[in-house]
Amino acid sequence: MSIEPVLFYIFSAVLVTAAALVVVVRNPVHAALFLILAFFTSAAIWLLLEAEFLAIVLVLVYVGAVMVLFLFVVMMLDINLTPLREGFIRYLPVGVAVAVIVLLEMAVVVGPGNFGLEQMPAPPRHGADYSNTEELGAILYTVYAYPFEIAAVILLVAIVAAITLTMRRRPQAKYQNPAEQVLVRRDDRVRMVKMEAEKGENKEQ
Amino acid sequence: MNFEIPDFAPAAPEIFVLAMACAVLIVDLFLTEKNRVITYLLSQTTLLGAAVLTVSLHSAAPQVTFSGTFISDSLADVLKVFIYLITAVVFLYSREYLIARKLFKGEFFVLGLFAVLGMMVLVSGYNMLTLYLGLELLSLSMYAMVAMHRDSMPSSEAAMKYFILGAIASGMLLYGMSLIYGATGSLDIAEIAAYIQNSSSDDMVLLLGLVFIIVALAFKLGAVPFHMWIPDVYHGAPTAITLFISTAPKIAAFAMVMRLLTDGLGGLLTQWQDILVILAALSIAVGNVVAIAQGNIKRMLAYSTISHVGFLFLGVLAGTDEGYSAAMFYVLVYALMSLGAFGMVILLSRAGFEADNIADFKGLNERSPWFAFMMLILMFSMAGVPPTVGFYAKLAVLSAVVDVGLVWLAVFGVLFAVVGAFYYLRIVKFMYFEKPEDKAPLASDFDMRAVISANALVVLALGIFPGSLIALCATVI
Amino acid sequence: MDILLAIWNSIPEDIQTLLVIILKIVAIVVPIMLSVAYLTLAERKVIGYVQVRIGPNRVGPRGLLQPIADGIKLVFKEVIVPSRANRFLFLVAPLLALAPALAAWAVMPFDDGMVLADINAGLLYILALTSLSVYGIIIAGWASNSKYALLGALRSAAQVVAYEIAMGFALVVVLMAAGSLNLGDIVRAQEGSLIHWFWLPLLPMFVVYFLSGVAETNRAPFDVAEGESEIVAGFHVEYSGMAFALFFLAEYANMILIAALTSVMFLGGWLSPFQGTFLESTFAWVPGIAWLLGKMAVFLFLFLWFRATFPRYRYDQIMRLGWKVFIPLTIVWILVTGVAILGELGPWFD
Repeated sequence: MSIEPVLFYIFSAVLVTAAALVVVVRNPVHAALFLILAFFTSAAIWLLLEAEFLAIVLVLVYVGAVMVLFLFVVMMLDINLTPLREGFIRYLPVGVAVAVIVLLEMAVVVGPGNFGLEQMPAPPRHGADYSNTEELGAILYTVYAYPFEIAAVILLVAIVAAITLTMRRRPQAKYQNPAEQVLVRRDDRVRMVKMEAEKGENKEQ
Repeated sequence: MNFEIPDFAPAAPEIFVLAMACAVLIVDLFLTEKNRVITYLLSQTTLLGAAVLTVSLHSAAPQVTFSGTFISDSLADVLKVFIYLITAVVFLYSREYLIARKLFKGEFFVLGLFAVLGMMVLVSGYNMLTLYLGLELLSLSMYAMVAMHRDSMPSSEAAMKYFILGAIASGMLLYGMSLIYGATGSLDIAEIAAYIQNSSSDDMVLLLGLVFIIVALAFKLGAVPFHMWIPDVYHGAPTAITLFISTAPKIAAFAMVMRLLTDGLGGLLTQWQDILVILAALSIAVGNVVAIAQGNIKRMLAYSTISHVGFLFLGVLAGTDEGYSAAMFYVLVYALMSLGAFGMVILLSRAGFEADNIADFKGLNERSPWFAFMMLILMFSMAGVPPTVGFYAKLAVLSAVVDVGLVWLAVFGVLFAVVGAFYYLRIVKFMYFEKPEDKAPLASDFDMRAVISANALVVLALGIFPGSLIALCATVI
Repeated sequence: MDILLAIWNSIPEDIQTLLVIILKIVAIVVPIMLSVAYLTLAERKVIGYVQVRIGPNRVGPRGLLQPIADGIKLVFKEVIVPSRANRFLFLVAPLLALAPALAAWAVMPFDDGMVLADINAGLLYILALTSLSVYGIIIAGWASNSKYALLGALRSAAQVVAYEIAMGFALVVVLMAAGSLNLGDIVRAQEGSLIHWFWLPLLPMFVVYFLSGVAETNRAPFDVAEGESEIVAGFHVEYSGMAFALFFLAEYANMILIAALTSVMFLGGWLSPFQGTFLESTFAWVPGIAWLLGKMAVFLFLFLWFRATFPRYRYDQIMRLGWKVFIPLTIVWILVTGVAILGELGPWFD
């Protein structure tokens, strides 16, 4: 037996546990940390699938950047979850019922009956010179160039939207302009005044 | 690998709108408050230019490019032209409203243009991926526009509700698409259709994917029981933005329904027909009944939208070409009527006064007989009273349903249309038989008055001569 | 000897590979740890001389045993966990800080073919791991239950995210120039002579990358996360003993890593600076790793020099430099490099 299935089950177990804990734990910072763990293990599972580019980018973008900011906000906000959970017990039966139904449906549909190895044979393994990054790049910039560009536009809209919703111009706020500061010459600030020496009665004693 | 550079020409309108939206974004940065009208004019120019490009590049044969992810056919071109037209009118109606409320910022027009781009992508999407991305582009711009009035609690609340429910719907859509990809092995609409043609139709994976996609579509269109967000968002958003949400995006959503359900999953007609029957019946019933209880005209129009979506589904679920063209006719007419109705709300409002209560329409006849008459036409049309175009729209979808043997559904629709007539006519009663509480004269620029009059008169004229639009809808389907 | 060989051959092949890998890891980690120890001494000496002092000179000849003494002292100190701190996270944070700094060395080419894991996506791997090192700091700051620590952590989080973007873009330019994500191939792409190295065509990126590296490691003048004068010592104010030592190790290991990466990506890694000149054969006997270490030493000296010379940046100035100067610069240089590659500008891109 090769080591891969063992690794897969280990990572899957960690992933599922972490994902469940994200929802269950009371402390929002702990929840965020479990979410990071979940991302990390899913990246590991992707590595097992030879999708190294996706795996590393998941770590880079989600773990390395998105979750850092997420933690940042969670730590700053000091969210009190108790009032948020007030209706929890009341809605629990309905929620559980819906969840169980959806789970059963999905188990029937997505289970081995439809997606087993007979219907979907495992793809062939690639050699060491196979580069997932190159393959993705080649297809992304050719066949999927149009969706790729739209995705870029969506990100642009996200930037515009975020700035529209958060930026408030404060005319009275004082800004520092280092370039201006550096360009200051003595003549701009200091004026040399020639004055006649005072003459008069107040003579030194 | 061998790869041919795709033909960019069919997507020229999209490229133009994108370039202009970016240009407007940058130009706006250098404008002062006084010159902001330049942004407005540039946006209108963009829409005009896109319309010219779309019409001049139109060809009868469908053109597929970008490796099958983009299609430019008659349906897409006609819907796009209507989207430009309606958005242009929306911008025109909104201008004064936004200036009066200090919301006249370049971002409104930039986001509006990006929303138009999203609608264009959606209308021309021929791949699940592009359909999804177009929808996201549209929705993201919309969320931001709803939230733009930052200091208003209702509009922030509306934006949150819209965003969260919209995100859930997108999740559903993606899940459905991934299941369909799992079943068919392709994201391409044409390939999915071909796969379904050649396989048995009781594939569980395909059906679950279909259900998820219909749920997402119902969410986005606002069909009962996925309608909860519509009244809150319509009510909370600034009227100018409600005006936008309730008009052009519905046309794009119709195109999405056509691409996904008929072009892609047309082979599963018998399965989705049953689901749509339930959605349509519930929407017509709930929308029309609940609208009666509303005191706020934006909420009332929101519920009326829900009932109109029900009628739209009637046309689609017929599953025949007559049904589709009737649905298309319906959605275009609906967009026109909704444009006029929300335009009237804007016309009556002024800084510090939203005119969004039904009581604000009291005695409009005394204040301005002409606009009372315009509102009368619009309300009659929404209710489906001849000789307005609303009547023909309802007639067309009902006859399409009768043709496929669902007579009970048609009768059901007619019954609730009669119920619905009550609340439209109540506004007419307020306008003509009540004393005005507010005697302030209607203050608006000439272009707003002219266009809103034209809008209402078109509704009337199309009611008298509906033939050309019906024929157009029939040819493009 | 024969007995040893016999034992070795009796081990199953999988385990053999594993043992070889572990040995290689030890061969990389132990020298790094030693370098860290002596880098601290070097820092104190260099800064001492810059400030016209002598620096540590009591423990051992010329103070050479000072790091050992420091280490022993730290090991024997008690690790104090503050009251109401999150005990588990408090203790795990130093490990989280150190682990990525060491793990990144896995793809570092010390000489042609002398690399632990010769993976294709090496550059991405490096970028992902350097972005992880901030977690140790954030978690330490939060778990300490102290406002100074939390403030330090928040500063660090915002700073790292800002500079990571510039760093990533700078690496994109390197990737474009080299046409590969593999660090070995990146070095090979710089073969030729001193002017073939990427520092010249990518000069702004070279500067941006190294300065972002200084910012990412929270070193002076970007060390607001520690900021002794405002927030005492920032994120590690509550740490003592070995837990504190681990943060120290992580910081210096990260410095060495950044120095090594800058050398590999912009100064031709193991390549001899005399390549292509008449001196090439004269210096052919020098192993590649020596050149790499020499280049790293230059950058490490720069780290120390910066610290001795510059006052600490103010927080908003750090943000301005990152977002408004470095990121636009990198984006422009992506375009410039793209044009240069299309135009096959010699001698780098032909």
